[in-house]
Amino acid sequence: MPAASTHSGIADLLASKEMIIVCGSGGVGKTTIAASLAAEAAVRIGGRVLVLTVDPARRLANALGLQAFGNSETQIPLDAFAGAGVTPRGELWAAMLDTKAGWDELIARHAPDDVLRDTVLANPLYQNITGRFVQSHDYIAMERLHEIHASGRYDLVIIDTPPSRNALDILDAPGRMMEFFGSRLLRWLTVPYRSRLFTAASKPFYQVADRVLGSRFLQDIAEFFVLFQTMETGFVERAREVERLLSDPRTAFLVVSTLEAAPAYEAAYLAEALRERHLPLGGIVLNRTMPSALREPAAEKAATQLRKAAQTGSLAADLGSVLDADPQMVRGVLTEVADRFHDIAMVAAREAERRSELERLSPFTVAAPSLDHDINDLRSLLQLGDHLWS
Amino acid sequence: MHLLNRQLLFVTGKGGVGKTTVAAAIAQLAAQHGRRTLVCEMDAKGALAAAFDCSPFPYQPRQIDSNLFGMAMNTEDSLREYLKLFVRIPFVGRIGPLARTFDFVADAAPGVKEILAIGKLCYEVRERNYDLVVVDAEASGHIVSQIGAPRVISELVQVGLVREQTKWMLDILEDPERTGLITVTTPEEMPVNETIELLDRVRERTKVDLAGVVVNRVLPALFGTREMAVFDQLSTPAAQTLMTRAAGRNVTAVVDAARMNEARRRVGVGHLERLRGAVPADTPMLYIPELFTRAVGRRVVSQIVDALSDELI
Repeated sequence: MPAASTHSGIADLLASKEMIIVCGSGGVGKTTIAASLAAEAAVRIGGRVLVLTVDPARRLANALGLQAFGNSETQIPLDAFAGAGVTPRGELWAAMLDTKAGWDELIARHAPDDVLRDTVLANPLYQNITGRFVQSHDYIAMERLHEIHASGRYDLVIIDTPPSRNALDILDAPGRMMEFFGSRLLRWLTVPYRSRLFTAASKPFYQVADRVLGSRFLQDIAEFFVLFQTMETGFVERAREVERLLSDPRTAFLVVSTLEAAPAYEAAYLAEALRERHLPLGGIVLNRTMPSALREPAAEKAATQLRKAAQTGSLAADLGSVLDADPQMVRGVLTEVADRFHDIAMVAAREAERRSELERLSPFTVAAPSLDHDINDLRSLLQLGDHLWS
Repeated sequence: MHLLNRQLLFVTGKGGVGKTTVAAAIAQLAAQHGRRTLVCEMDAKGALAAAFDCSPFPYQPRQIDSNLFGMAMNTEDSLREYLKLFVRIPFVGRIGPLARTFDFVADAAPGVKEILAIGKLCYEVRERNYDLVVVDAEASGHIVSQIGAPRVISELVQVGLVREQTKWMLDILEDPERTGLITVTTPEEMPVNETIELLDRVRERTKVDLAGVVVNRVLPALFGTREMAVFDQLSTPAAQTLMTRAAGRNVTAVVDAARMNEARRRVGVGHLERLRGAVPADTPMLYIPELFTRAVGRRVVSQIVDALSDELI
């Protein structure tokens, strides 16, 4: 059963959950939404709130009143809240998710001894896996969330997920980690290193692999996996706990999207995927939405009337004399304004359709308007949060 | 038409900026100019096929228009083909389970999946099966892993068939006459930031040439400077009174819409200037206007083809 979510809104959700996993397509403002919700929760609900972000943007750090923040958890100074004119009930903390450091910590934790730890850390394959290849980010994100939650240091953790090749990677990462350790391939790969005895079953595989990859590379892989296998128990156990965390009743997913085509499509896909996996979708946050006034038929009518008045009536001439401007130019401006309205209203209508599609998939949706200024301090971050709260 | 004279174009961009539609339009434009073109979807979600109003593409290229063929990348099929072509495995049927277990190592061993995908694309170029291969590539967060994979592998693997294989791939990938990367963005803060970061990473970690930067959904300027001064005065009480009398009180929403458009456009112009500063002066930047359309699929693609062809030809 999917954890039936009866949350009527953001306030309710943040007050009743301990872990919020913020996901969605890249570029929709996930990081900003995560930070603004964390700030709101610290101000309005209280307790210790942590926002864990993957975005190293200096601007977000500045918006939180910090010079920068890194892998370690940093408290947002009270001055920053005072500057925004509020006194928070709780504390707001922020930390960045550093995949490389996260992996190194994992290895250090699971390695049976220092020598093995250092050998793994120095292995070129290991460095490549952690540094360059992206799927591991998802696992580390979930792992870190687990670690922080288990520590009991925070009442609420809001985690901003890494941009994924596929939105589902974050959900599948722990399972994949377990699958990897259990795979026959891993056993095959580690055979030649441990004994030079090739079983009948693995022989054809090696013949192919050897020709394709070269025996040296194969040996590197084998060495790496033999080392890795010594950490199997720890890793698998941990991955299982991390996976359980995803469906924990204290966890909820929050999907962030704009109402543009691609992100909205991704959000719908993600909402469906959560349902299929019986994972709790808390709600959908729609960012940068257009004002609903644009879709009023009355406004549409006014645009048509404005065009007519500009073209045939005396409006252009009247405005020209009031504004001390060339009536011809005024006519041009009014016509452009009227014509443009239909374009913009069309975009707004397109967005409204997507919104109702997403509303069908989610316990609740909240919307933040498109802002014409950047978010560069705690005040503007909280203003954004206020839109989501109401 | 320098851009379309290359043989392999990777189109990338942040999710949601219109990467797939732009890739489709570039392929369509090339095909219309008589170039035998293959367009390849890398993530197999079907979005590229949808841009052509087609059902999902198979791995084996399928003709979708005159001079235009579509395929979807699939690492397992690519492995199968690779083993058949280069390793001459006699029993192709037995590769099935191998490919499945291969998935695990591909997840862990760096670049294996990527190189199979890139290898297939380079192979089509090398064999001259097409004049141009357009790739709807990974999003900007992952493109460097993808196009950089042959280099990573060639550094990791010292001997063996893979080592030899990466050499000819790199010859193709790193030749600016043949291969180029196109990044798509919109005039918004995050997509522009990501594009700038991407350009740095591409320069640092690969030798793939940047063929162009496409800016999608550029809002049109409504007014010149003098018109703008008139527009600004439309919010004064005197002007509001006259306009309300002529077109009803909802006229304020109409003026607000234009103001919002203008505000968004100005913010966008700022981001574009930042982008222009980060893009090498000799790299073309192509602008596609916001289309204000409800259309999807082919109709959008052909409108973008028109916009691109104004810029390119």
